[in-house]
Amino acid sequence: MNPLTLAKIALRALMRNRMRTFLSVLGIVIGVAAVITMVAMGEGSRQSIKEQMTSMGTNAIIVMPNWNRRGGVQAESSEMLEEKDVIAIRENATYINGVSPMITVNGQAIVGNNNSPTTLSGISADYLKIRNYEIEDGVMFDDAADRMAKVCVIGQTVVKNLFAGENPIGKTIRYKSIPLKVIGTLKSKGSGDFGQDNDDVIFTPYQTVMRRFSATTNIRQIYANSIGEGYAQKATEEIMGILKERRNWTKPTDPFRVFTQEEMITMVTSTSDMLALVLTVIAGISLFVGGIGIMNIMYVSVTERTKEIGLRMAIGARGRDILMQFLFESVTISLMGGVIGILLGVAASQIVKTVMGWPMIVSFTSVIISFAVCFATGVFFGWYPARKASRLDPIEALRYE
Amino acid sequence: MSNDLPILSIENLRRDFKMGSETVHALRGVSFDIFPGQFVTIMGTSGSGKSTMLNILGCMDKPTSGHYILDGEHTERLSRDALARIRGKKIGFVFQNYNLLNRTTAVENVELPLLYNSRVSSAERRRRALEALDMVGLSDRVNHLPNQMSGGQQQRVAIARALVNDPVIILADEATGNLDTRTSYEIMMIFQELHRQGKTIAFVTHEPDIATFSERTITLRDGLVKKDETHEMQDAKAAFDALPPPEEFE
Repeated sequence: MNPLTLAKIALRALMRNRMRTFLSVLGIVIGVAAVITMVAMGEGSRQSIKEQMTSMGTNAIIVMPNWNRRGGVQAESSEMLEEKDVIAIRENATYINGVSPMITVNGQAIVGNNNSPTTLSGISADYLKIRNYEIEDGVMFDDAADRMAKVCVIGQTVVKNLFAGENPIGKTIRYKSIPLKVIGTLKSKGSGDFGQDNDDVIFTPYQTVMRRFSATTNIRQIYANSIGEGYAQKATEEIMGILKERRNWTKPTDPFRVFTQEEMITMVTSTSDMLALVLTVIAGISLFVGGIGIMNIMYVSVTERTKEIGLRMAIGARGRDILMQFLFESVTISLMGGVIGILLGVAASQIVKTVMGWPMIVSFTSVIISFAVCFATGVFFGWYPARKASRLDPIEALRYE
Repeated sequence: MSNDLPILSIENLRRDFKMGSETVHALRGVSFDIFPGQFVTIMGTSGSGKSTMLNILGCMDKPTSGHYILDGEHTERLSRDALARIRGKKIGFVFQNYNLLNRTTAVENVELPLLYNSRVSSAERRRRALEALDMVGLSDRVNHLPNQMSGGQQQRVAIARALVNDPVIILADEATGNLDTRTSYEIMMIFQELHRQGKTIAFVTHEPDIATFSERTITLRDGLVKKDETHEMQDAKAAFDALPPPEEFE
């Protein structure tokens, strides 16, 4: 029997039980839509991590206190970073292009009636090149000349929130009642990573933060960048060497933790990959359940149409003709479910993207794979009912009431 | 009898069924030949083995021993698929309960056997189906569904379906069993017309008066041929005309 005829027979049989067909198709639709959406989510987060890689900077290295963990509780750090560490690294390290401390203060930036809940970051001028920021308008502060100056450089989100289209250069922002003069604005980097807006930043000299805002000599993090790709390891060792030497460190454990950009990306990627995998597996299970639904309905269908099978066999249908007839039915169900599921999954991904702002990417490959998996599901779960039908004894089948 | 070679020849046919520990001998060594163009009735009460006989003749069952040669082909050792091919090409079935596919038009029901013959194009299929429906006088019911037709009409669709693949033999299993006398006679008129056109027909029934419309009756009892006689064929048309007119309802 040619495929066209088989398809016609299958469609007709399915149209006779519309509600039943609809429900079986629905099982597949839900499964496929879930898979498409989950894969889109995974793909989206992978893509956004890629963007984060560039937004983070070039060959960035981050030094942080080594928090002791005891029984899962974060204990006091044994060693703190200080300004002299930054200076030592800047003067002695050879594999380093730039270095900057990072001290943050949380609060509200206020201009007139506008406010913006933006973190104030105390840095040195090198931070811009480490993190790939560029000045859009005005100037960056100078480490020596503006040591403790009440000046700041702001990102585009802050410009939008506080100045609503006006030129902010020369204006004053109040942060925790301290006036900071805006001397420069940053070019937009966009929001690449998870919800963190790279343009929602206020930079001020780190000495300003240390002396005027937090009255501390401790530095939370040191940012640096190595001289090029492949030097991350050497730069890391060098920095650690300098930090240890300043402290006459002899303990076997390192006093600080050093992350390279690559390490952090691997860390974040592996977590998000794992999450995406788990979600996709769950979605896959729902597709599997949909397949079981098909199998169930095909068994019912075979039993119901035993007499029809008997008749078809009596007038010349071979076992394989019957097998193909029922396989076509199950594959038709699964492919209908696949097509609708793909459309629904793409739509759901778009909705999640626009409503929740999550990065979602529906790849062509995932669509093709879903379609192929649907076909396989139809064949796999249709196989046993169809084979049962094909092995019926025509005499018994004709006698069946 | 004809001097031709038999179209169907069975020889010492036996069929045993295992029912638990017992063995039931449904056929205990049956032999007969059917020649081209013959209209044969196979008679027998229930338990006589006539259903088993029909299943074997229809290539849906295989004998335990003995030979069955249909149109020159030994069928005893054929595979399931080969038997299906024979059913599709050489045999036309007519069943007691019509066995039409519901929600499927008359012409599509008639086309069905040709679907399993890949050498017939869809245009050819339609043409032959319409021709067969014309032969049974249903040209005006081509697109009717089974539930829109009377029992007699449905059985005529089934006969058309049995004719469409131009089989070497038409096997009818109690084909008038579900019909009233008038309709039964109408159906027998069609079989007699097919007989006149040279078709070979084997008609299984337990009703003696139906057997009189054929030219030869083979009577089975307890799995053996009890009687095999050629007789005069009663004209179904004359019998139909002789029936009292149907009661008229207001």
